[in-house]
Amino acid sequence: MLVTLPVVLPMLAAAICIAAWGRPRLHAAVAVIASAVCFALAVALLFHVRANGIQSVDMGGWSAPFGITLVADLLGAIMLVLGTGMGLAACIYSTAAADLGRVTFGHYPLMLCLNAAISGSFLAGDLFNLYVWFELMLLSSFVLLTLGGERAQIEGAIKYVTLNLLSSVLFLSTVGLVYATTGSLNMADLAIQLDAIEDPAFTTAIGLPLLVAFSIKAAVFPVFFWLPSSYHTPPPVVSALFAGLLTKVGVYAIIRATTLMFDQEWALLADGILLIAGLTMVSGVFGAIVQNDMRRILSFHIVSQIGYMLMGLGIALEVLQSAEDPAAAAPQAAVIALGGAIFYIIHHIIAKTNLFLAAGAVHKLTGTCDLKAVSGLSRTHPILAGLFLISALALAGIPILSGFWAKLALVRGGLEAETHGIVAVSLVVSIMTLYSMAKIWVNVFWGEPTHPDRDALPRLGPAILGPMAALAIANILIGVGAAPVYDLAEATALQLFDQQEYIEAVLGEQALDAATEPNEPAGQTP
Amino acid sequence: MTLLFAVSVGVLFAAGAYMLMRRSIVKLVIGLSLLGHAANLLIYAAARPLKGRAPLIEPGQTVPPPPFSDPLPAALVLTAIVIGFSIVAYTIVLLKRAFQEVGTDDLTAYTSTER
Repeated sequence: MLVTLPVVLPMLAAAICIAAWGRPRLHAAVAVIASAVCFALAVALLFHVRANGIQSVDMGGWSAPFGITLVADLLGAIMLVLGTGMGLAACIYSTAAADLGRVTFGHYPLMLCLNAAISGSFLAGDLFNLYVWFELMLLSSFVLLTLGGERAQIEGAIKYVTLNLLSSVLFLSTVGLVYATTGSLNMADLAIQLDAIEDPAFTTAIGLPLLVAFSIKAAVFPVFFWLPSSYHTPPPVVSALFAGLLTKVGVYAIIRATTLMFDQEWALLADGILLIAGLTMVSGVFGAIVQNDMRRILSFHIVSQIGYMLMGLGIALEVLQSAEDPAAAAPQAAVIALGGAIFYIIHHIIAKTNLFLAAGAVHKLTGTCDLKAVSGLSRTHPILAGLFLISALALAGIPILSGFWAKLALVRGGLEAETHGIVAVSLVVSIMTLYSMAKIWVNVFWGEPTHPDRDALPRLGPAILGPMAALAIANILIGVGAAPVYDLAEATALQLFDQQEYIEAVLGEQALDAATEPNEPAGQTP
Repeated sequence: MTLLFAVSVGVLFAAGAYMLMRRSIVKLVIGLSLLGHAANLLIYAAARPLKGRAPLIEPGQTVPPPPFSDPLPAALVLTAIVIGFSIVAYTIVLLKRAFQEVGTDDLTAYTSTER
């Protein structure tokens, strides 16, 4: 129940909204309630998984690996909590920020569909099922992106749509190739079947289009350019939800595929992944420097920070590849690095969403996000300025806030694995991130107020400042009480390296015994 | 026959990629749908549909008599076709709006979000 509800509930709520078309207040109420319940369920699921191990549900009574399976492991549950949490924040924020025309044309049902699809992606235990959730996510995001139909939105959407569809085609082709090779699409089953294939070059060739497909979704160098040209075009609350979650679904898929299915194959690419991680960080941060629009700067920083997540994964793969006994427990450096990447994802989703929400608040106050057109907002709106500052400093990695510990874990993993190059790059990029955040702060919040008359500006109600305050407090809490969060991240990394636990949870214990014997690929037709 | 499938998939991929690189938005949507068809055909070929019979189980048996074709890829392809159809429908509407807003179908004019 706990595993299926976060997916089913938003869908149901979206259906209710569609049945009650043309009643915007009801839409808002349904969306906020459904998202809140989903968030509560996700938190409960995380505690349940932490206490009782991986949960798996076979849909429709078809046992794995034949039917559709939903699996919640620690990584999936953590992502689910973050996804539903950001969905809730965005829904509450929308009640004050989304205009009536937008809501009348289905803003809330689309947000709910998007949330259902994101939750579904985190729980999918089946490659094709993951594809379907990705497509549902894309379609909802397409419409959310273009609702309103301004020129910039349409142009941004064309780039977003084209690149993401290209990624879907690659993903679907890989599904076909994997099925033709192994006769299975269940991820746990694939973990066994792909390991049984002797020729690593063959499986690497199958897996590479998948890596490229997920990299496009995650906006990794050199296929990131759809992101900065589309994320600043929709209404701010929509970009906040996209910025917080969509690329991270791609990162999640990369981590899942690497640790579970293509573990040996992609470990061969560890150096390449580290190189790409470095280039992603650098190109994102350089792209941000020349920008003068709050949301465009933040968009480029998403790209840059995807690099940090890949860095953790790359270091972990590097360590595993050079480990003498691949069957032994994962080395400490690999656990630290992957745990750091997971910590970074947790921190990044919260901080990034909050920064985009702050940009939305600035947009609501002044009608623009242009750094040159706005200044001095800290005089008139100190609370907004404070909330922005907390997340901005967290993003740059200032001590005590969440980003510092995330980067510390990554750097420590990198030093233990002796990958000094990427560590140096990450530290330099970190300073440049601080520069960008300072640039926004100095231009928008310091200086002589361009809008000195507070009463003439639109009021920022609790629906806008409330979610932002919650996210900023989360940034502080994760920073101050970093130990339990880090323990959770490390436990997640350990669970990811230990494929047996995942396989047993999905297929049952007898699957592993069968796998140790020489096996025929199941489902293969003569 | 597998060779025919392989060649068709390859040609579809090549044609789709070529159309994506043209400057017209109409050719863009044609390219996207060709690529979608290429992926669908690839999955369908995974079932080796031409080597076996339909997987019908005789009365009293538990497995269909070999050689049989795998029915699952056909189900996967059906799902993928439906998704692809909705996406192409959305893209066509998007491109129509884009043509109305920008006034040309030349993709090199679609640069206002890059500045």
